[in-house]
Amino acid sequence: MPMPAREGAIAAEAPFRPARRGKGEIRIRNVVKIYGSQESGIRAVDDCSLDVPAGEITVVVGPSGCGKTTLLNAIAGFHSITSGTIDLDGEPLCGPGRLKADPGPDRIVVFQNGALFPWKTIIENVAFGPIVQGRLSRKEACDKAGVMLAEAGLCNLEDNYPGEISSGMRRRVEIVRALMNDPKVLLLDEPYRALDSLTKSVMHEALLETFDRNQVTIFFITHDLEEAIFLGHRVAIMTTRPCRPKKILTVDIPHPRNYSVLTAKRFREYLDETIAAVHEEALKAFAAGERER
Amino acid sequence: MTNREASFPASQVSMGLADAPAAVADGPERAKRFERTTYRIANWVRSPRPYLMLLGFALFFAFWHLTVEVWKLPRFAQLPGPTAVISEWLSPDPTYGLSLYSSQYYQHIWVSLRRVSIAFILATATGVPLGLFLGWSQRFKEYVFPVFELLRPIPPLSWVPLAIIMFEGSETPIIYLTFLASFYATTLNTMLGVESIDVSFMRAAYCLGAKRRQVFWHVVVPGSMPFIFTGLQISVGVAWFSLVAAEMVSGQYGLGYLINTSYTMVQYPTMVIGMITLGVVGYATSAGVRMLGNYLMQWRAHELAMGGDK
Repeated sequence: MPMPAREGAIAAEAPFRPARRGKGEIRIRNVVKIYGSQESGIRAVDDCSLDVPAGEITVVVGPSGCGKTTLLNAIAGFHSITSGTIDLDGEPLCGPGRLKADPGPDRIVVFQNGALFPWKTIIENVAFGPIVQGRLSRKEACDKAGVMLAEAGLCNLEDNYPGEISSGMRRRVEIVRALMNDPKVLLLDEPYRALDSLTKSVMHEALLETFDRNQVTIFFITHDLEEAIFLGHRVAIMTTRPCRPKKILTVDIPHPRNYSVLTAKRFREYLDETIAAVHEEALKAFAAGERER
Repeated sequence: MTNREASFPASQVSMGLADAPAAVADGPERAKRFERTTYRIANWVRSPRPYLMLLGFALFFAFWHLTVEVWKLPRFAQLPGPTAVISEWLSPDPTYGLSLYSSQYYQHIWVSLRRVSIAFILATATGVPLGLFLGWSQRFKEYVFPVFELLRPIPPLSWVPLAIIMFEGSETPIIYLTFLASFYATTLNTMLGVESIDVSFMRAAYCLGAKRRQVFWHVVVPGSMPFIFTGLQISVGVAWFSLVAAEMVSGQYGLGYLINTSYTMVQYPTMVIGMITLGVVGYATSAGVRMLGNYLMQWRAHELAMGGDK
């Protein structure tokens, strides 16, 4: 574990189980993101430092509009940062001199509203990455896509268009599409927000199963606290705008988890702790919203 | 077209737009489509829609017949009535020399259709790429769009003198005027189409390792297709619109020319035949474009069909 640059943010970190896989560690240090001018602009992220250990699920929770997505966009390379550094496995993604990372297949985003290309069939969507990267031929990519879909329990969908399958299925296909590229990190931006709670629970188990199979590092944004604790090895509770970690909770419930965890006493304790921390921030966010208006 | 049973399904997958329809004409798929079509037709016949449509036409003709031929309302009495027009149209020996039986009639249609087709194809071939680049590159848009927006409000008809000076003969100026109207509609809609694409799709493509050029072909082009085809339908409509105006000004053949000469020669039924023919041919071309669009965007049909299950 690299030494934290700042106290506080990392203080809650208990001695942790060693990373199961050497790749996909994200180190965020003193990241600032200001929209607009340096003086009068909106400070979305301020002096944020956070570690995302390799081979683990790190869930980021916080009130809506607190700047979680800004952080994710900076890691993915969709937006620049104002200052600070973000490293992936010790290699700088962005930092002084290069404020915007390049998006690439080592960090794949799964979007809030889903971004399967509606004009491509499921198999074309899943095979897209390796083909455009020129890593696999079309045939190889499609064969691999078929195998990966089958592994994820998504058979007989190959020739359908995304519009023909349910939204829960679409999310799962999107994750398979990401895993096709053997990414170091999956960045999930409230991927299950639009789903009903029953579908959501199916999605969670599917995601955990995928995680157990692939051991990919996951950076997961949500404001559903149960989801956060159920999925995460670590839950980072963010302050409201400007965004920085307020508290980092290590969820010491062994993986693989299943839904029986939800009723466990320890789970409820974690939940209580999280709710208390988040509620305070939500109140602040609400008050700030009132003032802005 | 390849047959799916003969080859491994996965190897069939096409990344491009152009070869997407190849996946459609397979054996079982075709049977399913045929079944679906017959089912849809049967449903349509059972529904009140076709009868309402017929009733609408009947009311229209009745109104025309009553006002012109029965009541002979003032100002309406000079117009040709539906019976006069239809009997002239169907007559093997027409009073004014033009009916379904005269080869001249088809020549007029053919000449107009040819002009519209050439203009429409030219407008599509230039308007779609221009619109794509306008939507794709902010820099390019900054150069081109102001000029485009300045030229667009100038009605094609006001180009007539300039078109006659610029181009030789009578054919090229007419095609040019027809092209103009079409071109604006196509370009603008294509540009809006690109701008309407959800930014997540582009981001997803970049994430998956696509280069800028690949994002253009795999995201921007197919993503703007729905708008492009809306634009093309509008474009083929306005093409007829300005074609007829142009043909009235110059030319020796064509439906616009036919209408105008019939007017000056007081052959009113022939004039109305020309108008109705325009309606029918215009509708057919527009329906053709729509069908082509639906064929190329099957993903969209599926999406619409699933609309309820969001």
